Amino acid sequence: MGRYFVKRVLGTIPLLLVISFLIFMFIHLIPGDPVRNMAGREATTEELENLRESMGFNKPLYQQYFSYLNDLVHGDLGISYKTKLPVSEMMIGRLKPTLKLTFFATLWSTIVGIAIGVLSAVNRGKLIDYLGMLIAISGISIPGFWLGLVMIQIFSVKLGWVPTGGLDTWRSYILPSITLGCGIMAILARFSRSSMLDSLGEDYVRTARAKGQRERLVILRHAFRNSLVQVVTVIGLQIGGLLAGSVLIETVFTIPGLGRLLVDSLAFRDYKVVQALLLFFSFEYILINLIVDLLYGVLNPRIRLK
Amino acid sequence: MNENNLLKVENLRTEFKISRKKSVAAISDVTFEIDKGEIVGLVGESGCGKSVTSLSIIRLLNDTSGEITHGSVWFKGNNLLKLSDEEMRHIRGKEIAMIFQEPMTSLNPVLRIDNQLIEAIQLHTEYTKQEARKHALETLRSVGIPDPERVSRCYPHQLSGGMSQRVMIAMAMSCYPDLLIADEPTTALDVTIQAQILDLMQGIRNTRGTSILLITHDLGIVAETCSRVYVMYAGRIIEEAPVDILFSNPSHPYTQGLIASIPKLGLEAESLPFIPGSVPDITMMPGGCRFHPRCRYATEICSQKEPELISINESQKCRCWLKTSEYSIKTENGESRK
Amino acid sequence: MQTSTFIDQPIKKAESRAKYYFRKFFQRKTAVIAAVIILIFLFFAIFGPQIAPFDPSLPDYDNLYGAPDAVHWFGTDEFGRDVLSRLLVGTRNSLGVSLASVLIGAAIGTFLGVLAGYYGGIIDSIVMRGSDILFAMPDILLAIAIVAIIGPGIINVVIAVAVFTIPSFARIMRSATLSVKSSLYVEAARSIGCKNSRILWVHIFPSTVQSMIVNFTMRIGTAILAAASLSFLGYGAKVDEPDWGAMLSSGRNYLDIAPHLVYFPGLLIFIAVLAFNLLGDGLRDTLDPKLK
Repeated sequence: MGRYFVKRVLGTIPLLLVISFLIFMFIHLIPGDPVRNMAGREATTEELENLRESMGFNKPLYQQYFSYLNDLVHGDLGISYKTKLPVSEMMIGRLKPTLKLTFFATLWSTIVGIAIGVLSAVNRGKLIDYLGMLIAISGISIPGFWLGLVMIQIFSVKLGWVPTGGLDTWRSYILPSITLGCGIMAILARFSRSSMLDSLGEDYVRTARAKGQRERLVILRHAFRNSLVQVVTVIGLQIGGLLAGSVLIETVFTIPGLGRLLVDSLAFRDYKVVQALLLFFSFEYILINLIVDLLYGVLNPRIRLK
Repeated sequence: MNENNLLKVENLRTEFKISRKKSVAAISDVTFEIDKGEIVGLVGESGCGKSVTSLSIIRLLNDTSGEITHGSVWFKGNNLLKLSDEEMRHIRGKEIAMIFQEPMTSLNPVLRIDNQLIEAIQLHTEYTKQEARKHALETLRSVGIPDPERVSRCYPHQLSGGMSQRVMIAMAMSCYPDLLIADEPTTALDVTIQAQILDLMQGIRNTRGTSILLITHDLGIVAETCSRVYVMYAGRIIEEAPVDILFSNPSHPYTQGLIASIPKLGLEAESLPFIPGSVPDITMMPGGCRFHPRCRYATEICSQKEPELISINESQKCRCWLKTSEYSIKTENGESRK
Repeated sequence: MQTSTFIDQPIKKAESRAKYYFRKFFQRKTAVIAAVIILIFLFFAIFGPQIAPFDPSLPDYDNLYGAPDAVHWFGTDEFGRDVLSRLLVGTRNSLGVSLASVLIGAAIGTFLGVLAGYYGGIIDSIVMRGSDILFAMPDILLAIAIVAIIGPGIINVVIAVAVFTIPSFARIMRSATLSVKSSLYVEAARSIGCKNSRILWVHIFPSTVQSMIVNFTMRIGTAILAAASLSFLGYGAKVDEPDWGAMLSSGRNYLDIAPHLVYFPGLLIFIAVLAFNLLGDGLRDTLDPKLK
């Protein structure tokens, strides 16, 4: 178990390094002079040189990368060109709405998704199964930003039940959370259904029934407990992508979160901020995947006891 | 009815849906009985309906598309097929327990052995968790597990096949059922382990008086363990006999073929006799006697009409036109074979 | 279909494999409906400009934000242009982008996957680590980053979506190649002296066609969504071009006065993605029940 942990944790370090290098290169990959790109056309040569000097663009690439890494380790993500504020400070202010949104979206979609999946599997081939799977495939296929807009039109513009955007009251979170979680709910429903169908066909489920166990407990304690290991993996993988998914949803609902910051910074060519956000979203994704892997080890005795 | 009788299955028929409208009978007209303290064998090739029969008895077909459409299962005077699901739940595990072919996959991989046993015990007793744990350890010891404390803390994947089957038996026996259904309990195990498990089952019968329905394809196991045997072929019981008579005087051509194809020690087995062909697919059953395409004695009537299972002497029953005519002619002439 | 051998009959080969799959496929009503919807969309993509009732770029300043009526079935937009016509003409753009990107991604992914699976060793490591890296970034983020680097526009959206399509194909093909490689008939082919490239294409490719078709169909749905998302964020087609995502993006500004500008383009995207996903599900169940 300990070795499994160490191996998995050490295994992600090279990936983090490569990703950080690619994202570091991001500014340099954009065609043209990176400093000119940021400063805009109207900047004078002198301004450009000053900027180049202050951002360290005059040093060789590898030195830039090492100082970038060094700064990174010290929590320094650079200074935004547009706002002149430290990027990390800008991000911290934006972190809370995105995290809150992600949390609510995960919460409802996990509960509803698993419930639909388990109910569909247990009632395989019946009406409830078809309904559940219809909801699931629609959830996968629906463009989230469109669903968001349609809901704004109905519940905000027409009925006036919730605000159209912003984050002034708790009600502001309802529509964005529904929109953001829709896809995961659908994926989880489909996955937990097929996983439950597999489990329900296993020998140990028959054993549990042969013991005289109640059907509800056969399903929950035996079949679902075994599916859970895989379902948790899928939940984790999906949550990982959820923060990045907030890019679209925060744009639709004008929520001042990290996703919105990414879109705005791209529009303003504030590449230091873009770079920091790309790094944040990718690292978060990788780390959540790591945590899921470790959790998989804890939940699965076959790995835990090795 | 015989006073010693524990289980009596009559004319059982179980059908499987193969498409929206069509069903086929996996077993039909299955009739047999088990006395108290008796070990009865149910023998046949794979796919002949042995497992369907056993699952039908304790009504565990619900995870398949199978449905019992006819017959009755009398257990201690109650027809199990008439019980509610809740009543049936109290029979399973408490009165009738079952063990399966694959012990490794029959235990839940994410639960520790002790928890699986405690679950079984607490379902049918008033024991507290501590009492149930104590009882679980005793049961584990009684099935010959040398170190129950350690084994009980294991997960199934940490146990060998033989050990897993002992755990399964312990779990099945934990509530002292009157009937143990063992579906190919040793097929997945090594030969030496097989003998141990069979010994264990005989020991349980001897000490507890538990009746055992032993389902197997292996006539050798039947010879060692059972007192009476039912032979199944293609969803029908085709012969019933006490074990010694079955081996000394098999009446159905299929049984004869089965017994002839057992390799015998000391004989040069250059060409072991075998039965040509294989068990017909459930969806493509031949008309008439189901064995006739493979039977070397087949006559015209065999392909037209199915024979009944009839007594051919006081202890033996057979489903074959050969015996039917022979026996009926003899009884007509008033010289029954007594 | 199981054939029993108890009567000595030759195993029937009456029904060809293709015919068998067709029969199985047509038993799934939802998949058939989905296929019909996709065919209709393809028809729109090809003949959109011909069947459009109006000129999609002709403004009508007397009829701005017109609600759906008998003349303009789907209403008119902020320049009085006919929404239905723009949607019909835009089908080519929206379907084309996703088809093209999945085709490119599938071609590259397949090539890399077969290469990695067949040759193993260092090639395998490079391809697999590369796809690890692509997998290590959320799809939409990767697409945004790529578009940010190479700039907005339809071609660049194709490239961005193609890139994140590559790893899924590479992985499928790699594992398929590995399993075929270890199976006997490739061994046999090698022992009779087939050239490597011949072994690859003759033996490995046909045996993976089924999972390829399934993944391809499913990925088109994903690609339509991704392309629409990028267009919605303003990285795709130009705003005045008829494109579902772009129409949705500009319609968003008039949500309170002309919601039909949002409803119809989004609905079309939804139906198209749903159709491809349903078809993919149906194909998976028909061709490769194991994948479930």
